Amino acid sequence: MISVIDYGVGNLHSIVGALSAIGEDVKVTGDINDILSAEKIVLPGVGAFGDAADKLKETGLMDAVISRAKRGVPMLGVCLGMQLLFEKSYEYGKHAGLGLLAGDICPMKDDLTEKVKVPHMGWNSLVFEKPSPLTKYISEGDYVYYVHSYYAKNAGSSLSAYSEYGGLIIPGIVSKANVFGCQFHPEKSGEVGLKILKAFSEVKGA
Amino acid sequence: MLARRIIPCLDVRNGRVVKGVQFEGLRDVDDPVTLAAFYNVSGADELVFYDITASYEDRGLFQDVLRRVAREVFIPLTVGGGIREVKDFEMALKNGADKVSVNSAAIKNPMLIKDAARHFGDQCVVLSMDVKRVNGRFRVFGRGGRDETDIDAIEWAKRGQDLGAGEIVLNSIDTDGVRGGFDIEMLNAVSSAVSIPIVASGGAGCKEDFVTLFKNAPGADAGLAASIFHSREVDIHDLKELLFESGIPVRRTNHVSD
Repeated sequence: MISVIDYGVGNLHSIVGALSAIGEDVKVTGDINDILSAEKIVLPGVGAFGDAADKLKETGLMDAVISRAKRGVPMLGVCLGMQLLFEKSYEYGKHAGLGLLAGDICPMKDDLTEKVKVPHMGWNSLVFEKPSPLTKYISEGDYVYYVHSYYAKNAGSSLSAYSEYGGLIIPGIVSKANVFGCQFHPEKSGEVGLKILKAFSEVKGA
Repeated sequence: MLARRIIPCLDVRNGRVVKGVQFEGLRDVDDPVTLAAFYNVSGADELVFYDITASYEDRGLFQDVLRRVAREVFIPLTVGGGIREVKDFEMALKNGADKVSVNSAAIKNPMLIKDAARHFGDQCVVLSMDVKRVNGRFRVFGRGGRDETDIDAIEWAKRGQDLGAGEIVLNSIDTDGVRGGFDIEMLNAVSSAVSIPIVASGGAGCKEDFVTLFKNAPGADAGLAASIFHSREVDIHDLKELLFESGIPVRRTNHVSD
């Protein structure tokens, strides 16, 4: 059973559909008690970092998620959900994230060294940096679907696969013990995305 | 490296795909879910669904189609047709669309782009424009190309971007249906004026037209077509291989026979 956190941002059809397609039971929930007993957590998210972080805080879900992560429960943040795993973001001001991974979320446009379009939208190929349980069914060079304007700068040791865009290293998959994140949308990345979700579903908790 | 995208477009009326679908070996080819699933495995990078339903009552049927497609097809979905106000965006997104395209309603009320972008983010809002040459200028047309406006296409593209559109679908009325290739001149004129992604539409007649598109219109991020894919004149897998061999970055997929 995978618990998908519903905190009122964005549409959860696709992620729930994709997890169901790989044979997982899914529970969509915004209830703290559910999260505190969850075996596996997916943190989705679209929109602005500050709004999402505020909603997670107001509902008490942020503390619940952090406490589960610290207990070794496998956790996957997707897109903005991945960005929320980091310490802080500079999207419209400065906002604190969950702090489960070291690094900052910064605007791509300030750091680009080549002229490219922002948002980084479309299919980009993955380069492997270091092994992660999430990459066990996919290959280097596989394409995944991104839509974002901010990226995890200095993800450091959690960086396990990235894409290149505008001269930047864009962390695509981050991974540290039981905490995982995908900047791209695995639920929109066809077969490759489903394989990544499958790999996550097979991660054993501590 | 970011791949160039290939996008089939499906017109849906009363819950069925219309317009020249000729897949041999695929049962119930005018079922949008069946067709979407087929395109998904044959290498389409994204799907566009146009709701060409005339009546308000049948809109629910389209939303139902969208929900069923979104449950089974895990690539980005764009929805267009009949989008008039912010709540139409909301409805489409809630039912599984990733992006929503707006055309005539934005001509009437450009603030719709801004409102939708503010509510749902720039990446959700696609400005679709039908453009035709009039006296040597690129002119925007409304209502599916029927109504001439006095809007200059390049100005409109810039304004759309400023209002918050995250992408532009540029459909050339001059090349649409002619099958002589995409409108490279028009694409270059518009793409050089904006920095958001441009989807080229109108004129694709064969695989080579897509090679020409991406080589000669470097500002085009994607190529969209309908009938040549539906009729199987162009197989998306084969097209991707040709683009790859021509040095154009694409997401290659395994071949599937139908």
